[in-house]
Amino acid sequence: MAGDHPLLRYSVRRILQAVPLVFWVVIINFTIIHLAPGDPAIYLASVTEATPEAYAELRIEFGLDKPLYVQMGIYLWKLLHLDLGYSTWHNSPVLGVILDRLPATMLLMATAFSIASIMGVVLGVIASRYSYSVGDHLATLASLAGYSMPIFWLGQLLILFFALYLDWLPSQGMYSMRGVEPGWPAVLDVLKHLLLPAITYATYHMTLVFRITRGKMQETLAQDFILTAKSKGLNERRVLYRHALRNALLPVVTVIGINFAYVMAGSVFTETVFGWPGMGRLIFESITARDYPMILGIFLVVSMMIVLANLITDILYALIDPRVAYN
Amino acid sequence: MSTTPENRNGLLRVSDLRTYLDVPSGVIKAVDGVSLEVNRKEAVALVGESGSGKSMTALTIIRLQPVVARILSGEILLNDVDLLTLDTASMCDLRGTEIAMVFQDPMTYLNPVMRSGAQVAEVVLEHQDVSKGEARSQVLDAFERVGIPSPRRVYDSYPHQLSGGMRQRVLIAMAISCRPSLLIADEPTTALDVTIQAQIMDLLAHLREELQNALFLITHDIGLVAEHCDRIYIMYAGQIVEHADTFTLFAEPKHPYTEGLLRSTLSPDKRVEVFETIEGQVPNPTDMPSGCRFHPRCPHVKDICREESPPSLDLGEGRMVACWLYE
Repeated sequence: MAGDHPLLRYSVRRILQAVPLVFWVVIINFTIIHLAPGDPAIYLASVTEATPEAYAELRIEFGLDKPLYVQMGIYLWKLLHLDLGYSTWHNSPVLGVILDRLPATMLLMATAFSIASIMGVVLGVIASRYSYSVGDHLATLASLAGYSMPIFWLGQLLILFFALYLDWLPSQGMYSMRGVEPGWPAVLDVLKHLLLPAITYATYHMTLVFRITRGKMQETLAQDFILTAKSKGLNERRVLYRHALRNALLPVVTVIGINFAYVMAGSVFTETVFGWPGMGRLIFESITARDYPMILGIFLVVSMMIVLANLITDILYALIDPRVAYN
Repeated sequence: MSTTPENRNGLLRVSDLRTYLDVPSGVIKAVDGVSLEVNRKEAVALVGESGSGKSMTALTIIRLQPVVARILSGEILLNDVDLLTLDTASMCDLRGTEIAMVFQDPMTYLNPVMRSGAQVAEVVLEHQDVSKGEARSQVLDAFERVGIPSPRRVYDSYPHQLSGGMRQRVLIAMAISCRPSLLIADEPTTALDVTIQAQIMDLLAHLREELQNALFLITHDIGLVAEHCDRIYIMYAGQIVEHADTFTLFAEPKHPYTEGLLRSTLSPDKRVEVFETIEGQVPNPTDMPSGCRFHPRCPHVKDICREESPPSLDLGEGRMVACWLYE
């Protein structure tokens, strides 16, 4: 069909724009980290109470004695060969450590993020349908509370209530200490551990999506083409979901895209509070240890996720609104 | 007005309709005791200035008045069924099939993110038990009928890719796709270029011949209706002030407001130095004048006009005027 070509062209152009973007992100990340005070050799030397000679050797071993541009050149060259370097703190390849931690984060964040996105949109549509009713006012108030609560505080409240007071759910980690039979009991065990941290993160994200959806839906429902849709004899559900929602979706997709970029920031808080063995905690540990290669590796992964999220958002834009691809 | 109890040709009969709007500054009596009739296959115009309540009358008839509107009294009989007593589902069944509506601004009354053809096909699919392919061919037929030069291309186009005149044709195709017995056109040409206006009016007349539907045309342009309508209702400040067949009304207007309207139209064989206008302004809708609502602007005002609102006087042969001059 004729209409598909502009979309394809648009998508390819967006992907090509993303490549140099990632390159510049790497350069900037590298520079910023090396400009910050301290380095891994200082940290290791202070932890191990090493002699100045040992410290100097560490600097040479890590390549920190070379000028910054040389270090950057070496890093970029290795990067081209998919080598993210060697962690100074974990004493193993960066990529391995990241790949080790990534699944746990993906499980937590992907679950929380997708469920929260869908629920936020659906609840927002329902609230816009019953605008200014008692239920709508209560939902809006609750969403304000949910949105304003810091993740680490909400997490601690949930631990206090559900884990310590009611003793229904575990408070820390991803698996039970005493070990569970493999198969379904193990799956159930992970799910039980997943519930509280997922709710913690989902609350923040869902309330934001809810508020944007509700507001934009109200605006869209007041537009002229909604009257046309009703005059066709369509029932309310059709009008809401087929005509209003698709037009209201653009800002919602934007917010979901931006939030996806902040997923890692959210995971730092959530995983630290709940002792979840994922990327969020890895970021926290690596920054403390000034583990340059590790931090850079994580930042690269995070940056690529953000670029990817933006890319997907842009393409979704064009899919939702045909006018976007032509501009 | 002539209240013929048995009118076999009767299609729509509105009696004593009152639609009031609750707004922060008070109550707007947008439609205040309107009675009118439209017979089968007939073209009837409702003429008035902006804010006279003519669009609100149309929206109330199809029961799509805004949420702030209250219908205080009245009957809207379509084929002897009172639309005001129908439940929402039955009303949805009638919209698009029995009554269809064409709105003012083709720029904003089409859904911007749906292909034109799909928007029309939706009406067919909603009301008829047909396959998607069958619906598509019906839509292409309708497109041809409303004079769209390349139906297939327009079918796959989004509204922003079409001109204003073409969009209005799409909206008309949408309205006639299920062959309604009553087509309500609310200022269908106001937003269009003058040359396109004539084309659209001709199209509506032509379609009426072909499909044998009744046309209820709402407009502020009394010049527009002369050629195309059988009868005319003149509306002022929420009330019908005069009714007659088109020829009589133009030849011999009774109500001072109608006279004023006719005087203020321009025509090529009437060279004027100064534009004729009606003195004064449309009254504040939340604070209507006492007595006859036109009295502050009326050149023939008498004492009684300020105190009592005039009765609807039956002048015979279907003529009606609401004015103290003829009491």
